[in-house]
Amino acid sequence: MGTLDAFRDEARAWLECNCPASLRTPSADGDDGVWGGTKSPPPSTDERSWLGRMADRGWTAPTWPRAYGGGGLSSEEAAVLREEMARLGCRAPLKSMGLWMLGPVLLRYGSDEQKREHLPRIARGEVRWCQGYSEPDAGSDLAGLRTRATLEGDTYVVDGRKVWTSHAHLADWMFCLVRTDPTVPKHQGIGFLLVDMATPGITVKPIRLLSGASPFCETLFEGVRVPARNLVGSPNGGWEVAKAVLEHERTLISAMREARSNEGETVAAVARSYGALEDPVTRDRIAQLEIDLLANRLTMKRAAGGGPLSSALKLCGTEISKRRYQMLVEVTGYKGLGAGGNEFSRTELHRARGWLRSRASSIEGGTSEIQLNIVAKRVLGLPD
Amino acid sequence: MTDVSTEEQEAIRVAARAFVREHAPVSHLRGLRDSADPLGFSLDLWEEMARLGYAGMLLPERWGGAALGLPELGIVAEELGRNLVPTPLLSGVLGAGAVALGGSDALRDELLPAVCKGNRVISLALDEGVRFAPYAVNTRLERRGETLTVTGEKSFVLDGVAAGSFVVAARTSGAPGDRDGLTLVHVRADDPGVTTFALELVDSRSVTRLRFDGVVVEEGDILGTRGVGADVLDRVLDGGMAVLAAEMLGGAQECFDRTLAYLKTRTQFGVAIGSFQALKHRAATLFCEIELTRSLVAEALRAAEDGRADAPELVSAAKARASDTYVLVTNEAVQMHGGIGVTDEADIGLYLKRARVSAETLGCARHHRDRFARLRGY
Repeated sequence: MGTLDAFRDEARAWLECNCPASLRTPSADGDDGVWGGTKSPPPSTDERSWLGRMADRGWTAPTWPRAYGGGGLSSEEAAVLREEMARLGCRAPLKSMGLWMLGPVLLRYGSDEQKREHLPRIARGEVRWCQGYSEPDAGSDLAGLRTRATLEGDTYVVDGRKVWTSHAHLADWMFCLVRTDPTVPKHQGIGFLLVDMATPGITVKPIRLLSGASPFCETLFEGVRVPARNLVGSPNGGWEVAKAVLEHERTLISAMREARSNEGETVAAVARSYGALEDPVTRDRIAQLEIDLLANRLTMKRAAGGGPLSSALKLCGTEISKRRYQMLVEVTGYKGLGAGGNEFSRTELHRARGWLRSRASSIEGGTSEIQLNIVAKRVLGLPD
Repeated sequence: MTDVSTEEQEAIRVAARAFVREHAPVSHLRGLRDSADPLGFSLDLWEEMARLGYAGMLLPERWGGAALGLPELGIVAEELGRNLVPTPLLSGVLGAGAVALGGSDALRDELLPAVCKGNRVISLALDEGVRFAPYAVNTRLERRGETLTVTGEKSFVLDGVAAGSFVVAARTSGAPGDRDGLTLVHVRADDPGVTTFALELVDSRSVTRLRFDGVVVEEGDILGTRGVGADVLDRVLDGGMAVLAAEMLGGAQECFDRTLAYLKTRTQFGVAIGSFQALKHRAATLFCEIELTRSLVAEALRAAEDGRADAPELVSAAKARASDTYVLVTNEAVQMHGGIGVTDEADIGLYLKRARVSAETLGCARHHRDRFARLRGY
């Protein structure tokens, strides 16, 4: 206990000295902030220096070993660091798929060479990663993927198409699933491959969504040559690695939904300002929603993420969050219908975009129906 | 405010579960129902439970209580709820709780040791209409010359047949619906002018209607301060609602566990019916609903125990959600059991009946969402 208190004092003092004042306020949007890599550098000098200082201490990846650019902290120390950052209102120095999804899995399944090559650059925010999982014909049935990786000497030649690759146009590298062996059952012939996005033969096309934004891309592979040493795990053992990543992703999506659900406006306050609270049915639905948001938040705290329960959390979190966005635009009436122009306030437009964006949350990272399957199978033990 | 370690809480759960399994499985409730037991519960069993500390769980040791908190009582309630065990546990929180909070020393010393031993039940006589509305009180506490009298009717009093006495919510000023002007007064069941009418409910629990015809009471029978009885009332109600929500959670969990087992063993079309996606998804949805409710119930019990400012809104959130979850789970359970689910022989229907009664008791989901909204300022 004594050493943890000492660490708390030390962390607090250091954060107070090193976190720029401009970064001690909540950011406006979940997609804002520093995502790293060569194509999306920190938007401000404060953000650049905050990232640099935190990375020097290894605190962008607090629990990773120091040898790989992490902070070498115990999970208790990392919790203290999170608490102290929250107390000061410090923004995350780096948001990254590499940090949240690939890193933990590389630590578990990667070779020492792969860890040394990739982890420090992730922790420093030098490389931005994207995830190449879904394909046009492999969505919920992810294991049905067909992007082919053929071994020629010490090189895989990759041909195929990936969709829904988040921010592929801004990424430097992709971790992706490829068909290494089409002759064995579908879950067995899959490899987990790390691909440099600058390799010849890769084409990236952004996909425009309902909300008008284009956070997702389609990525084409035509004769892309990838060194065989970039394979993580065994050539046919990629599915296990992929599932581990997905668990991290589900925890992450529920955490991000949760963070956005709590930002700024409450549905009740919005409803009041547009005169919607006078309707008793609306008021009852809002109370029901707020009770569910509260229950979800408490459940996340209780379960602390990870494991098969991540499916239940992802399911509840996204479904409740979708209801919240739906209620927000409903109580806003005509004013919640705006797509642009000067007739609507910035907040109203933001609200409508948020609603459209929210529809994807129960589809990405495994649909709600897939989560129900997983809960039924892994948590409840119901037969196939 | 109590602070009990998670190890101790786990020990309480293990002991309660073992006791209930041995002495009060669902067949115990059936036996009481089939013999049309007037009390609706077994006094012997309750005294046995009192020896384990359940009757005076929240009361201080000076009266023989266990001096534990709402989270621990919630654990016991959850285990009782799992097996639909009828006990006057809630009256211990409500009626006896009000005496402990507001009673005179003489009243407390006389009544509470017997409550802790399990041989006295003190019921809260509050509701007067067709649904829970805590301040809609029309029963009068009046002074006629030298004497104080209670006159009025109570529509839904838990454990009323077994009660040795009642904590009656009466009006000393204001109009029905006002929070101000309520006074809590202790009335003995055998006082002249007290009439009880037993209600036969679908869940076979004992609830009564009561009439007070100019029942004479004394100054010393008044609990707390005249006119501000709502202060005591609100506190015991919040505790009671949280404990009832815990009981409902236990019932929902057990009903779900039994349904899950049925889905794995019942075969149709040559396979276990639990392999059908239409049933799998419903089962997974119920699992999620129960887990969300579990989080709220635990937080509400903790908040009410610690007297936190957000306790009332958490309690209402928990009771609202527990009501919806229990009703949903039991409706689904009967449906998924098919034909056997609607027979009296199967226990699953008993859960459906209990869910309906407990959803209405101490405020339905709509009532609590309304209160939650008001507490949050809308």
